[in-house]
Amino acid sequence: MKAEARIGLILLLTPLLLWLSLLIVIPHIDMFLVSLRERVGVGEYRISPANYLTFLTEPLYLRTFARTAIMAMLATLITLLIAFPVSYYIAKMARGRTRSALFLLCLVPFWVSELVRTFGWMILLRETGLISTLLQWAGLADQPVEMLYNDAAIMVGLVYTSMLFMVVPLVTTLESLPDEVIEAGYDLGGTNVSVMREIVIPHATPGIVSGCIVVFMLSLGNYLTPTMLGGKDSLWFTELIYSQFIVRFNWELGAAFGFLLLLLSSLIVWGMLRLTGHTLERTMG
Amino acid sequence: MTLPDLECTGLTKRFGTATAVDAVSFDVPPGSFFSILGPSGCGKTTIMRVIAGFLDPDAGDILIRGRSILNTPPNKRPVNMVFQHLALFPMMTIAENIGYGLRRQGMAKAEIARKVDAALDRIGLPGIGARKIDELSGGQKQRVAIARCMVLEPDVLLLDEPLGALDLKLRERMKVELKEMQAAFDTTFVYITHDQSEALVMSDRIAVMNQGRFEQMGTGRELYYRPETAFVAGFVGDTNRWHGRIERVEGDALQLVTDSGLTLRGARHGRALSPGGRAEIFVRPEAIRLTRSAGELAHFDNRMSGRVTALLFNGAASRVLVQAGREEIEVNLPQSGEFADLARGAEVHIGWAGDQGNCFAGTP
Ligand SMILES: Nc1ncnc2c1ncn2[C@@H]1O[C@H](COP(=O)(O)OP(=O)(O)O)[C@@H](O)[C@H]1O
Ligand SMILES: [Mg+2]
Repeated sequence: MKAEARIGLILLLTPLLLWLSLLIVIPHIDMFLVSLRERVGVGEYRISPANYLTFLTEPLYLRTFARTAIMAMLATLITLLIAFPVSYYIAKMARGRTRSALFLLCLVPFWVSELVRTFGWMILLRETGLISTLLQWAGLADQPVEMLYNDAAIMVGLVYTSMLFMVVPLVTTLESLPDEVIEAGYDLGGTNVSVMREIVIPHATPGIVSGCIVVFMLSLGNYLTPTMLGGKDSLWFTELIYSQFIVRFNWELGAAFGFLLLLLSSLIVWGMLRLTGHTLERTMG
Repeated sequence: MTLPDLECTGLTKRFGTATAVDAVSFDVPPGSFFSILGPSGCGKTTIMRVIAGFLDPDAGDILIRGRSILNTPPNKRPVNMVFQHLALFPMMTIAENIGYGLRRQGMAKAEIARKVDAALDRIGLPGIGARKIDELSGGQKQRVAIARCMVLEPDVLLLDEPLGALDLKLRERMKVELKEMQAAFDTTFVYITHDQSEALVMSDRIAVMNQGRFEQMGTGRELYYRPETAFVAGFVGDTNRWHGRIERVEGDALQLVTDSGLTLRGARHGRALSPGGRAEIFVRPEAIRLTRSAGELAHFDNRMSGRVTALLFNGAASRVLVQAGREEIEVNLPQSGEFADLARGAEVHIGWAGDQGNCFAGTP
């Protein structure tokens, strides 16, 4: 490689490396170190796995951890199931202006902040909210219905928030599948189901995988939606982290929780990639 | 009489107000190679897509071996299509591509494997079944796309400009191979192209299409030597073409003056042309004799002398452009060696028989 080219490469890479090291690697190393500290007296610390042991011995922590993981996966699955037909319609069936309009519709919710968006759901779902009133008016319910503060409300909020991040990669991969190839599938005797299963879905797999990874990570790390829409019994793991850091000033335990969450999401993403036989390079490339 | 494999009657397809296919009728006898030749945008692909079932015709009927298939969905029609860009399945191996249709029919695995191997042998690519599509060259992909259809033993195979994406050299070879494959599979081919040489080389019969209509149907020879419309005369084969006004008509022969003032003798071949009317005259470059002395041309009705303005060397198909009066005339260069030293600016004489000047009524 020529010297100028190498300098050019270094100059290009420097901001990226700085960003990665300053904002991601260094904080995480620091967090890991903090998580291994145990407070033994005022301003006295020693290295021990005590924080991790606390996590393992406290059922509430463990349960919340598992619940968050499962709910995030479920939210990912539901988002995929809703987004796939929508994306297929946008990419393969809609034409011209309809297509741009539909795509824009998916984008519109992101013009307002997440807080306002979530608040919108509260307006709809609460006891004195729109849906409850409508149900009473239609005679389907004889008293106000509370639809907030439960897992279903969290799920609705998570799926709504994540939709765009699933639709974009799906539309992109589906658009790259020529119509001719789908028609060839039918021409050679394929039915709707078999064309979908043997041609469209295999082609869309990279988009499905990358969409699922993004949505899963966003759901797992979401704080606002579970806090606002969830009830007393639907604790999210990020709420535990928040309360350790901010409410209890127990940075050591909070750091351990944060690190465990990172571990969990890495593990599940790795598992997802293994399951679909994809590598991260192929999915992101 | 045997039933034609494919018969279309009055096929019409409109997109909004535009008529892409306008009352097209034709039939294709079993085992023959039928081509539809026309400039791009004339409606060829639309015909194919209507036959394959991806578009519903606005009028007309499609019969396969005498039975209408209008109400049969695309995946049940006994026709298969080789798409313009081949449309091989990139997520499958070559064997899976060829076996796709058989799997859909629910054939047993062992039987599919046997048929796929046989098809690969047939197209001269044995033992490559496990490879991926992107490891194949353009010509090999072509053959796999055809084999993928042929294992299903369709009554009719539709091919939509399948050679369009190949480079010239390969295209020349694939023309011959396609014809051989058609003979080997003994299936009826309906082939569409905008390239006249593809149609002329391969087809038993050709339909020339223009703006949604069939202009003329016949063998390559008929289209080339006896075009019935000005469009066909201009589209099939190379030709000199002039507009002019008819001066005299004597039986089948006529005399016309081109817009640039050249007096030419031509033939109307039974078409209704009368003195004073506008006409177009077509003369093929190979119908024109090129000589160095005027004496050799005494027996031709059309004789003129001119100056060579350009030599278009192209091996056996070399031409020269001769400036005669205000017209530039394209003339075949004889390969006898007599003209090996012909240079730009040389004085030459050209001549052709009057019945080689094919005349059609022209637009005023
Ligand atoms: N789906 C469609 N919607 C509207 N117009 C179309 C559609 N498909 C083709 N056309 C029009 O029909 C005409 C014929 O197209 P096509 O059959 O693709 O021509 P060819 O294959 O001969 O190049 C063109 O003018 C084209 O613009
Ligand atoms: Mg076409």
